[in-house]
Parts: sequence; C-alpha cells; structure tokens
Amino acid sequence: MRVTVLVRPKTGIRDPQGEAIGRSLGGLGYPVSSVSAGSIFDLEIDTDDLKEAERLGTEMAARVLSNDLIEGFEVIVG
Amino acid sequence: MARVGVITFLGSLDDRDAMRAVGVVGGEAVSLWHGSTDLQGVDAILLPGGFSYGDHLRCGALARFSPIMGAVAEFAAAGGPVLGICNGFQILCEADLLPGILTPNHGQRFICRDVELVGEQESPWIGNRAVGTTITVPVKHGDGAWFHPEEGLDELEQNGQVLLRYAEDVNGATQRVACVINAAGNVCGLMPHPEHAVDPIIGSIDGQLLVGRLINS
Repeated sequence: MRVTVLVRPKTGIRDPQGEAIGRSLGGLGYPVSSVSAGSIFDLEIDTDDLKEAERLGTEMAARVLSNDLIEGFEVIVG
Repeated sequence: MARVGVITFLGSLDDRDAMRAVGVVGGEAVSLWHGSTDLQGVDAILLPGGFSYGDHLRCGALARFSPIMGAVAEFAAAGGPVLGICNGFQILCEADLLPGILTPNHGQRFICRDVELVGEQESPWIGNRAVGTTITVPVKHGDGAWFHPEEGLDELEQNGQVLLRYAEDVNGATQRVACVINAAGNVCGLMPHPEHAVDPIIGSIDGQLLVGRLINS
C-alpha cells in the first residue's frame, strides 16, 4: 500500500534551502516572497490494511523521516 | 593505558585522524566498526567526523541506527565517556544522547577555518580551564548550526551543559553554542575538530584537551 510522508520545516525554523531557492526565483522575476523546502517520501508498505499502513507510516515519519525539533510531518495513505 | 574506541561509520572520514590524536594524547586507539555491537571493552568512545550515509535525510539521522549505536547508548548510560566530533556530534544529537540538532549553516556556505571558542564552564572536557578561556580549533562543515528550541534552552545553560561558545557567529548556531554535554556530563559533542588540533607542526594543540579527556576520565 502506498503511504506518502510529507516533511516540512516547522514555522520559525531557519530554512537555508528554501531561502536560496526563494532568492533565485525572485531573481527570475517571480513575485515570490517566501519558499519553504521540505521532503516527500513515497513508501510502498507491505500490507493491505489501511490502519496498519497509517500506523507504520506515522511511526517511521516520527522515528526516522523527520526530527521533531525542527520538522513537522503529514502522513497520506493510499 | 586507556583504550579509546573510534567508530568507523559508512562515510566516516576523520577516523584515522581521530585514532592518531588518541595516540598523541597518550591513549591506545581501538578501531570499532559501525556494523558490530562489540565495543571490545574500550574505556572511552569517539565518534569521528565525516559524511555518514552521504548526509542523506539529515546529517547523522541514518548512522544513529547503526548496530553499534545500541551499545554506545548503553555505554553512555553507564557513565562511559563519549566524544562526538562533527558528524559524530550530529549522530549523538540524532540519537538523543545529546540535546539539540545540527542544521545547515545559515550563510549557506561550507566553512573551513580555525575558530576561537570560549569556555563557558570549568569542565574536565576542556582541561578545567577558567571560564572565559579561549581555545582555537578548526571547523569544516556545511551543516554545523546547532539548534535548540527556546523551550529547555535556559535549563541547558543553567545545568552547565553548554561548554564552549563560538567567539563570533560562525554558522548561525543557537546562542553561538559550539559544544554541549549531556546532563550527566559524560557525553560531549562539538562541530569543531579537536582531533585536527593536536600537533604543533600544523598550529593549535588545544584539541588535546577534548581528546585527552577520553584517557583521563
């Protein structure tokens, strides 16, 4: 079952990657005032159980894929 | 003679320098492998710098799950001295053995130069030198900005867990913190490289203080 984990920097956390991208987009003339850069993880989990997939996705997101000090995450199942 | 285990992770690159530094301060370096769970009875552990797992995900985030890290956590919980340098510091933070996390330098540049560090505590990790003493040690990192949320930061300072601060802002670290210890004081981590500052032929020997702590504890 496909589980997608979105990881984003928490509000107020310095994000040099987003800043660099934002500056470049601004330099190209786009009216972009801020960019926040995160990560997407598409996981194929070996289960057909929706709840189990969500539980495992959430556990992996919290334990490995994100760090609670600087990032938040969202788990999308299916 | 104190035996100091230096762990080689996949992507460590300062393990040889760290082993040499242990010898310079009078210890016996023992090479440990990330995939093993055997600490070979060492008296202290050093996690060296490098780019474990290519810095993928977050620096140190994957190496913290190496088989040997369970043994390191047990060793630390039992009071054994552990020093993490650069990537080793990142691994210890990700493993929750030290507070905070290392994030990309705010200036978006890799920084490679000597920096001045100011002692914030009279600690055996820095030779029990008086508070305010400065030491010079090189840094070389792109992801070296130590970050800690406001919450709990005062407590760390009050507990005396901030050992060294950058004399000037180097990478955007919270409160210019360069080196922290755990609450018990036996686990220490920093981004600067004391193992590169142990030989007068290339400059400062201030790094001997931190590496030396591993053989005098």
